Amino acid sequence: MSPLTHKLLRDLWRMKGQAVAIGLVIAMGVMLQVMMSGLVTTLESTRDAYYDRYRLTDVFAPVARAPAHLDDTLGRIDGVARVQDRVVGAALVDIPGRAAPVQAQAVSLPENGIAALNATYLSAGRMPDPARPDEILLVEGFAKAHGLAPGDTLVATLNGTRRTLQITGLAQSPEFLYIAAPGEMVPDDSRFGVIWMGRAAMAALFDMGGAFNEALFALTRDARKGAVLAEIDRILDPYGGRGAYGVEEQYSNQFVSEEIDGLRSTANTVPPLFLSVAAFLLYIVIGRMVQSEREEIGLLKAFGYTNAEVGAHYLKLVLVIATGGAILGCLLGIAGGRGMVQLYLQYFKFPFLLFRLDPASFAIGVIASILAASGGGLLVLRRVFALTPADAMHPPAPADYSRSGRIGQGLSKLLDQPSRMVLRRITRQPVRMAGAMIGIACGMALSGSMLSTFIAFEDTLDTTFTVVDRSDLTISFAGPVHRAALHEIGTRDGVWQVEPVRFVPAILRNGRHSHRGSIQGQPTDADLSRAIDSDKQAIQMREDGLILSTTLAAKLDISAGDRVTVEVRDGRRPTLEMPVVAIADSFFGTPAFIELEALNRALKEPGRVTGAYLRIDPGKRDEITQWLKGLPMVAGVTIKAEAESAFRKVMNQGAGSSRYVMGLLAFVITYGIVYNAARIAHAERARDLASLRVLGFTKGEAAFVLLGELAVITLVALPIGTLLGHGLSQLIMAAYSTDIYTITLGFEPSAYGNAALVVLSAALVSGLLVKRDLDRADLIGALKTRE
Amino acid sequence: MNDPAFTTTGLTKTYGEGEAAVHALRGVDLEIPPSEVVVLLGPSGSGKSTLLNILGGLDRASTGQAFYKGQDITAMTDRQLTRYRRAHVGFVFQFYNLMPSLTARENVELVTEIAEDPMAADEALHLVGLNERIDHFPAQLSGGEQQRVAIARAVAKQPQVLFCDEPTGALDSTTGRKVLKVLTEVNAKLGTTVLIVTHAAATADLAHRVIHFADGRIRDVITNKTRKTAEEIHW
Ligand SMILES: Nc1ncnc2c1ncn2[C@@H]1O[C@H](COP(=O)(O)OP(=O)(O)OP(=O)(O)O)[C@@H](O)[C@H]1O
Ligand SMILES: [Mg+2]
Repeated sequence: MSPLTHKLLRDLWRMKGQAVAIGLVIAMGVMLQVMMSGLVTTLESTRDAYYDRYRLTDVFAPVARAPAHLDDTLGRIDGVARVQDRVVGAALVDIPGRAAPVQAQAVSLPENGIAALNATYLSAGRMPDPARPDEILLVEGFAKAHGLAPGDTLVATLNGTRRTLQITGLAQSPEFLYIAAPGEMVPDDSRFGVIWMGRAAMAALFDMGGAFNEALFALTRDARKGAVLAEIDRILDPYGGRGAYGVEEQYSNQFVSEEIDGLRSTANTVPPLFLSVAAFLLYIVIGRMVQSEREEIGLLKAFGYTNAEVGAHYLKLVLVIATGGAILGCLLGIAGGRGMVQLYLQYFKFPFLLFRLDPASFAIGVIASILAASGGGLLVLRRVFALTPADAMHPPAPADYSRSGRIGQGLSKLLDQPSRMVLRRITRQPVRMAGAMIGIACGMALSGSMLSTFIAFEDTLDTTFTVVDRSDLTISFAGPVHRAALHEIGTRDGVWQVEPVRFVPAILRNGRHSHRGSIQGQPTDADLSRAIDSDKQAIQMREDGLILSTTLAAKLDISAGDRVTVEVRDGRRPTLEMPVVAIADSFFGTPAFIELEALNRALKEPGRVTGAYLRIDPGKRDEITQWLKGLPMVAGVTIKAEAESAFRKVMNQGAGSSRYVMGLLAFVITYGIVYNAARIAHAERARDLASLRVLGFTKGEAAFVLLGELAVITLVALPIGTLLGHGLSQLIMAAYSTDIYTITLGFEPSAYGNAALVVLSAALVSGLLVKRDLDRADLIGALKTRE
Repeated sequence: MNDPAFTTTGLTKTYGEGEAAVHALRGVDLEIPPSEVVVLLGPSGSGKSTLLNILGGLDRASTGQAFYKGQDITAMTDRQLTRYRRAHVGFVFQFYNLMPSLTARENVELVTEIAEDPMAADEALHLVGLNERIDHFPAQLSGGEQQRVAIARAVAKQPQVLFCDEPTGALDSTTGRKVLKVLTEVNAKLGTTVLIVTHAAATADLAHRVIHFADGRIRDVITNKTRKTAEEIHW
């Protein structure tokens, strides 16, 4: 082995603590990059493969009741490759031991058993026998949640008919990749199910003999979707067409796509930020590390080693650390990505999983670390190479403190000698100090912004479930009913308050922008479900126009005072022009509010409601829920506590869970930075400090000179880190928000207080480690050799 | 053979500028024939190390010229200086300058690694009387031992020129004589030109030529008619 290789290995060993800290910082940056991009790529490719293999429909066209022969007409539409009709309906499933029945969706299986579109994946058991009307497939997640298996029976009410059904198999389907109960955003396997049943049986139950109530379409590759949808609507209109829509607006697909988009935007924003910070730190740290080797570089040059040889030696040192960190980061990223995918599998019902890692993310991570490290190293090497060897290896550092002399003198009455040394060094080497300070500030910013993110998630959940929705129960009716029906509910024992609501399905348009959703009619001073402004104050419902949520306003590119076109998809299906009168903060979904009776007047259907919010006696919840579900007009009852806990679970285990990983990484990076700052300061000053000790300064005084410097830098870094962090947190929040939920964030002092504690504790620990080394330092050795 | 090894004309070196300027060399005109042992004497701060650094290609002169075998060192590019040091020059630094992370032997190997016709590292260490401690790190060696490693390192590459800045400063007289013997042997055997800076005036007796330095200038040059051997010197 050549002596330079020996030197390399020994130097690495000597600075192992520091090398590990630097390696970890870069590893964290790379890990996040690899993990997030791997997660996105895996989810995306699995989704695409699933849709493709199980032939997810391009267009859905719900209709009240259309004759079966219409298929031919529909099939001849230009751009339609294939049509399949089916019968769908709502069901209530009795679960033994549960107070109230659980909602489910019933879907017919094609008569010949082969689904051209929206095929089912049979995960257990067998397909139902078309000749036996009581045989069904049950969606896997629901079956598992209730311990049901093929061979078990299930009692369900379909269209008013109670049936005992035989489960022959468990299934999944691409149209139910993401399953949530109606009116809820978040899936809960136990509270919503899907049943597949023979076509004949479904037709009998839902009175669809020779008819269908939903048509599915596969389009040709060159189809013009808009034209096809219009044509379908035209044909189905006489039969009560509810408006055909593309797969991009299908509930499950929309949610999954939103989630993946959101994830992608997080993956495109946050990891690069982390990686940049890590790379920047690497750059600074490596630069300072090489700087402290100046004399050795000069010596090698004196022996006749060429710049290339010396450069290669130090680059090797730097690259071992950088690539070591990057590779560790890749490995951790793969592990982390796989873990995250497992979390997502709780919510995304994939029958199989294609693990994909994005090779670009490896490359980006590794290249960024290598560039940053070699950049930092080369910059310093170039500066040292510009010196003559004699200069480079000139004995004690020729630091010129003369310029800072005045500062010390001016303050000499106030400061003792060690304090003056601290102050002089800081003022004398402002660039170096600024580098260290910015490094620590970056750590502070990462930690602070991640902690803010935690608070913002919590805040958003709190606001949603305590300020916006103050009800205990939400009930939805099968269709519009007269509000007089609420009277019976309102007078029931234990029901404290009933507030009507009417949801009307509608398409909102503004120029090229459109949104398929619903309008929500509520009383003027709605109390249980409210629209709120950015100060969390309730906004009164208005009769003269719509109040749009911020997300919806952004999607439609519209602001208060503009007009919006509302194509109502219910009743007489009028098209209305309405002004937008206010914008409400929203965290959840994309609501559009209007005063209830104004909505009813516009629809010429006075007094109608589709549901209600209830406040009840908590002690009577089960009893009331059960009673409500027994009412014929009630289609569903949602218990807010359950919805809230399901939502929290998703935020903490699914979509939002990456924030915990990021938080952890931010802490590791912060510790790594601060530790390095302390180590390097020590390396730069080891000789001076040994001299001080020899001159008779105590260990404490010598340590003060070093740690005082670290303390000053750290304290200056805190406010700067806070500012940086606030900017960073805005970016992170924007990245986390999707169409489905919006996380909002103000300035969170407590987050930065805690981040400051993280930084200070890191400084304390690093300071103690360095002080331990100082105390142990072999004075003679430090003076005798030139390190 | 008759061409001088080194010639300098009007060599000056100034550190810093303006009021704070230090004139380390104030015009040095010098001629050193090849294969001689030359001893430089002079008070502290008189510019001896500075001259050595410039002749060795470690530092640049402010004005004037310095030639090594007809080549102008002061006009060389960095690359040429590196090649010059690598091919021709051995150094013993005033402060030893050993690599702390390398053992005694490895410190010598650091130089033999890139030399054209080096002797074995162990051989060079034996030559300076270091037999046992060759696998120790500099921090584990005494000052004198470190100095001997530094000399072994300079001698091992069998250079054409050897610059020694106070090579015996930290040594007892017996070891010092041993080291001086090594240096004169290298000179005799290989025809190496040896420049020795020292504060031990007695060392002058073994030189072909003695240069007295004062205040950045040459005060006088004495050529010894007879030279003593290293064993005959006492200080
Ligand atoms: N890098 C430098 N910057 C400023 N001044 C320097 C530098 N190197 C040397 N000097 C000054 O140049 C002068 C000559 O220094 P040099 O080291 O050549 O002296 P010397 O004769 O070798 O002394 P000694 O016998 O003490 O080693 C001294 O006054 C010294 O302070
Ligand atoms: Mg000197």
